[in-house]
Amino acid sequence: MATIIIDGREIEVPDHERLNLIEAARRVGVEIPHYCWHPGLSVVGSCRMCLVEIGRRDPATGQVQMMPKLMPACNTPIQDGMVVVTDSPKVRRARAMVEEDLLLRHPVDCPICDKAGECRLQDYHFRYGQPERRGDVRPFSSRRQELGPRITLFVDRCILCTRCVRFTREVSGTAELMVRARGTHEQIDVVDGFPLDNKLAGNVVDLCPVGALGDKDFLYRQRVWFMRSHASVCTRCAAGCSIWVDENQDRIYRVRPRENPQVNRWWICDDGRYDYHHVHDPRRLVAPVCREGSGLVPIDWPELLGRLSDQLARARPLAAVFSPFLTVEEAYLLARYIRGLDPEALLVLGPIPREGEDERFPGGFTIAAEKCPNRRGVEKVVAHMAGEVAVFERLLSELDGGTIRGVWVSGGYRQEWIDATTAARFDGLQQLVVQDLFPSPLTERATYALPGAAAAERDGSYVNRTDQLQSVSWAVRPPSGVRPEGSLLWALLGRQRLYDARAVLREVAAEIGHFHVAAEPIPEVGVNLKVNLLARSEGPAGEAEGVRQTRPS
Amino acid sequence: MSDYQPVLLANIHREDSHKLAVYEAAGGYRALRKTLREKSPQEVVGIVRASGLRGRGGAAFPTGLKWSFLPEGHPGPIYFCVNADESEPGTFCNRVQMEHDPHQVLEGTILSCYATRASTAYIYLRYEYPLAYRRLQDAIAECYEAGYLGKNILGSDFSLDIHIHRGAGAYICGEETGLIESIEGKRAWPRIKPPFPAVEGLFRKPTVVNNVETLTCVVHILDRGVEWFQSLGVPPDPDNPRDAGSYGPKLYGLSGHVNRPGVYELPLGVRCGELIEEYGGGVWKGRRAKAVVPGGVSTGLMSQSELDTPLDFAGPVSVGCLGLGTAGVVVLDETYPIIDFLYNSCRFFAHESCGQCTPCREGTRWALRILERIKGGRGRLGDLDLLAEIGEGIGIIPGTTICGLADGAAWPIKTALRKFRDELEDYIRRTNPTGYMATGPAEAVDVAEVA
Repeated sequence: MATIIIDGREIEVPDHERLNLIEAARRVGVEIPHYCWHPGLSVVGSCRMCLVEIGRRDPATGQVQMMPKLMPACNTPIQDGMVVVTDSPKVRRARAMVEEDLLLRHPVDCPICDKAGECRLQDYHFRYGQPERRGDVRPFSSRRQELGPRITLFVDRCILCTRCVRFTREVSGTAELMVRARGTHEQIDVVDGFPLDNKLAGNVVDLCPVGALGDKDFLYRQRVWFMRSHASVCTRCAAGCSIWVDENQDRIYRVRPRENPQVNRWWICDDGRYDYHHVHDPRRLVAPVCREGSGLVPIDWPELLGRLSDQLARARPLAAVFSPFLTVEEAYLLARYIRGLDPEALLVLGPIPREGEDERFPGGFTIAAEKCPNRRGVEKVVAHMAGEVAVFERLLSELDGGTIRGVWVSGGYRQEWIDATTAARFDGLQQLVVQDLFPSPLTERATYALPGAAAAERDGSYVNRTDQLQSVSWAVRPPSGVRPEGSLLWALLGRQRLYDARAVLREVAAEIGHFHVAAEPIPEVGVNLKVNLLARSEGPAGEAEGVRQTRPS
Repeated sequence: MSDYQPVLLANIHREDSHKLAVYEAAGGYRALRKTLREKSPQEVVGIVRASGLRGRGGAAFPTGLKWSFLPEGHPGPIYFCVNADESEPGTFCNRVQMEHDPHQVLEGTILSCYATRASTAYIYLRYEYPLAYRRLQDAIAECYEAGYLGKNILGSDFSLDIHIHRGAGAYICGEETGLIESIEGKRAWPRIKPPFPAVEGLFRKPTVVNNVETLTCVVHILDRGVEWFQSLGVPPDPDNPRDAGSYGPKLYGLSGHVNRPGVYELPLGVRCGELIEEYGGGVWKGRRAKAVVPGGVSTGLMSQSELDTPLDFAGPVSVGCLGLGTAGVVVLDETYPIIDFLYNSCRFFAHESCGQCTPCREGTRWALRILERIKGGRGRLGDLDLLAEIGEGIGIIPGTTICGLADGAAWPIKTALRKFRDELEDYIRRTNPTGYMATGPAEAVDVAEVA
């Protein structure tokens, strides 16, 4: 146990934790400003913003001996008896000097800079800088340089913290970026013919503490102070990265990684970053339709709710296709609903989209080949309800055999997931209910084609490929006319009031052993089902039983 | 003191002094033979430590102490780097040694590698020394042939390879960790310490970096003994417990406005005035000195009234200079404007700043901008305070940079402002009597003036 004093506040840090002073100070609520340091990158200590005064307290006498010179907090690991002062006049002077230096050649073009509002240079200047400008150097240009297909560099805004350079060397392992020239002529650059084009490239924009690196996808589209950030989970692949969805008036403008040490640490891939476009795709289904004769005609939701269950009940034997894009709660409600109509209904796992192999990066980041967020969660729910998880081919052969008369298909796939030939095998059903994002050969054949919600519009939980369960709330409202799966099934099951994903998850946790741990509130980083399952199986059995009884159902 | 017989430069006037035969005839490699036969590496480190030898490269760090920081019982490899990137303005002593007595440098390197158990040594040579490069290469070839290098040197179980690595003209490569990065093939951005090179240096292995002249001193300490070494120079100040003394011979590179510029070998502690008058033949054209740089431009300026200062490790510090530095003494005569000195030195450091640390990258360039403006006749008196503030703020001594380049940039500014402020104020009043202070359009764009 190391005891250190930061600005007069004492903090104890266990020996196994290797913190630097920035991290330790954060624990007592002291912010040490920094540009170049990032927990996920190597330490270079070059921005000199995190300078602090350091001393030692003599354990015997209690006397404090301060060191004469300032030390970078980022490169100073905590030691027992250390005394840190972060707000002395000396430290404040040094910070003001660094701020003044950084702004000497900075264009200060905040009004046209995307970073304004979340820019460290701006924030730190107001907090630590000095009011007047003494430098009479005027390099006010805003040279722009394209670094790659998605990333652009505003050369003069750069403060040369080299975070982006280190990222491409240490995390993506692609090393496209470098520092060219020397001294004040330095700039971030790429070598001709080797643009910044890798699957993690978008992260350099989040890493950039100023507005030097711009994401062309987001550039000039929204001021950051108009947007609200919603904690969410990426549904592009089975990795289930934690993300922030930044939206303004139900339009998503940007997706950023959300730190999660258990899943994605600080990064996300560009596939996930730009995946949000499907949410606002104009081709989306936005109104429920039902078959009348040979055509599909609009139908309103109350009418649909009034007759759907009866019609499905008359079309037994039933089957349901569980898309791996469903949340755990939705899968549970769907299974409940279908089994309620037909206790022998066939529950089938939808096709699992896969692309190539898992992509691993030197920094430990992995993009999963399985391009769906919740296969594991849906599988567990289906397995519990049906005793087995039938594959999609099984349904097809049953369809060919004519043993099924009604099918509920849940979609949510980004890409075309079913071709016309396969869809033709659904012909001849008495009832075919399809809830999906986009029109497909299947929706054309449906008796009821219902618009589904995109991931950012849903409440619910996903279980990633490492059995980490993360719960999210909707970030944007669905287009009018769209009723999210959970809400629809909630109503079809005759439940009152609004859809409550949390209540459903508690039900799931009480009913399905695999999800027991989800009865507790889910932390922001999620909870690992497998680890908790193991822990529970090792503990005394009665205790787990007792806990279950006290849970609200 | 004028009867001092050179030791480090004893050979340089002999014909073919760079050849092995000439060096051996003058007693060369005697210390190596003796040491490999009689002394263990620890004993060598002990002797060098006891001698009080301090690094000649500028920082004056005790050499033996530096060696003793290497982790004990390290499985290896341990690397040894010879810093021959002599690029401090006004410094050219190592050049004479490498061009005219390369074997002395190699013998020092081999002995030091023996002491530090290094199996590979790199000589980081600045590119601008082509003759030194050829001579060192030839000398290394001769050594391999004669068995002073390679496997089992002189029948011992000590093996060593020496490689020459040529720099590409950057001042920052002379910084210890910048040099290491450069040998690794990277951009010479000095590393943040800790870890120090003795723990994690070249290729992440324990590494020692020493200056050329330091290594040649090691040869003579082992050849003639600690007592001889300590008979030269200045013992530590008994009143100052932190003074490690200034023992041994030192090469002084004398240049600037003197009648006889050159490299002079003298025991440490020669007075600056004495060096200029007795050895340099006095200031040229019968003029008086206005200012003297005691040891490379980084160390700042001594004024005419301070010429009595002894040029040992403590002397220049006592008159407000950074230190003895590289002992490259540059004399400025009474007609030379201090503003020009300041402008030139700032231009050099702004050009050579590696650009890693914000205060150095921006501070040196800002100081240069201000000086450009002053020289362009648009100075104002407040500029001098601003310059002083920039000078006080940057460097490893206040702790705002990773390496000492910024200190080197700051000291000329600080000492010039402290000692020659009147002259600078006069200059501003004379060139800009109205105090007009608008920034001209010529400065608006940061033109690439990299020469």
